[in-house]
Amino acid sequence: MGAKVITVTSGKGGVGKTTTTANLGVSLARLNKRVVVIDADIGLRNLDVVMGLENRIVYDLVDVVEGRSKLRQAMIKHKQFPDLYLIPAAQTRDKTAVSPSDMVTICNKLREEFDFVLIDSPAGIERGFRNAIAPADEVLIVTNPEVSAVRDADRIIGLIEAENKGPARLILNRVKMEMIKRGEMLSAEDVTDILAISIIGIVPEDENVIPASNSGVPVTLNENSRAGVAFRNIARRLNGEKVDFMSLDNSGGIFQRLTRLFAGGQGNE
Amino acid sequence: MTDGNVSIKGVKDGLLVTLSQSEEWLMITRELAERIDEKADFFAGAQITVDLGARAVPKYELTSLKALLERRGLSLNIVLSDSQTTMDAADALDLRTTSAVHTPGREPNETLPINPEEEGTMGVLVKRTLRSGRTIHNDGHVVVFGDVNPGAEIVAGGDVIVWGKLRGNVHAGANGDESAIVCALDMIPTQLRIAGYITTSPTEKRREIKPEIAFIRDEQIVVEAWNK
Repeated sequence: MGAKVITVTSGKGGVGKTTTTANLGVSLARLNKRVVVIDADIGLRNLDVVMGLENRIVYDLVDVVEGRSKLRQAMIKHKQFPDLYLIPAAQTRDKTAVSPSDMVTICNKLREEFDFVLIDSPAGIERGFRNAIAPADEVLIVTNPEVSAVRDADRIIGLIEAENKGPARLILNRVKMEMIKRGEMLSAEDVTDILAISIIGIVPEDENVIPASNSGVPVTLNENSRAGVAFRNIARRLNGEKVDFMSLDNSGGIFQRLTRLFAGGQGNE
Repeated sequence: MTDGNVSIKGVKDGLLVTLSQSEEWLMITRELAERIDEKADFFAGAQITVDLGARAVPKYELTSLKALLERRGLSLNIVLSDSQTTMDAADALDLRTTSAVHTPGREPNETLPINPEEEGTMGVLVKRTLRSGRTIHNDGHVVVFGDVNPGAEIVAGGDVIVWGKLRGNVHAGANGDESAIVCALDMIPTQLRIAGYITTSPTEKRREIKPEIAFIRDEQIVVEAWNK
């Protein structure tokens, strides 16, 4: 039994890769899984900020690759979850400081001791992306319901297929039901019509996300957050559970009932 | 230029290299390398189509064959094969693939005479969805069994047939053939060109999905329902 290595990528920047990685990491840890999250965005690190671990960094991924520190020394334990670790990116170097085979080596070392290794990929399709997907057993594509993000996701899916890493699964992030109803935003059906891959989660737009990221407490720890529930559901699906998709309708009482139930413990939604 | 295990002959857009289906792979590649090295100047820069017949060539063997050719300044362009393993390996290496035309046991030069009416109508069959960033260029016809997504591009000397949704860029009759056509099960290309003509899809939102065909009539591109 080894860890499953899951890479979170998107092509386009700013769609929510880092937020997704942090929230899935925390959500899996809450399911009592042993988790490592790796920031592969060397030179533009911020997974540490979103997870509230910035001030604890001593060594980073490049230090490990270049032999200045042991893998263990670069793994930062999360404040709240003792089985959740972060390997931060270096801020002072660039993507070429790490090779795809370095990433494979590091992940193989982690496989024995953990249940999940989540890799936060940089935007783009160059070296950083190749580093991030090299060790992946599974790839999650984050996209927003807008044409440009979907176009980039399509390109990324093609590249992942060419690397025999497919089939990738899709996380549709920042969905606004009201806009879809008005025909101003792509619906999940519109997106899958083009991308033709399965969706593992739909995350509604939620004003709680940005303050949560700013304060270093991922939104999924906020029991009242709709996005938080969506991330927890994705984590459970990654863990092999069958979880129905939640209703995205804000107007109905159904959603509030769901969150209350969830807040009440491990209850069924 | 046949020497039992390796045959090299000139075709329309480069060289067709046919490799024996039964001889050991190492022997064949060594023989191929020797044959090319004998006339290095003559072969330099050639586009290679390699016919592997029914042999199952795994990815690492195909990679080494590609490298062998590239080291000698040749580029491996198209793989002809009857083996799924080989086709998958070629796909993984981003090579163009086509099913080999001959049946096992029969020499490739003994194929039946081509019907004169079909002569010159060569093309490629692409059996997958073309995602954004993918391009297919061919002097003949291009048939896609799958979707052509926005951001993908097809440029064909002949016709373009898409058994799926056409949403990317397509150029038929790219060498100036105004009789070229484009047809698709759902025709909403970003841009459609035939020879020197160009058009875009209407932006109307709700539309009926139906097979359509595009061609040139009276100096403009017209799109008609397939069953008209």
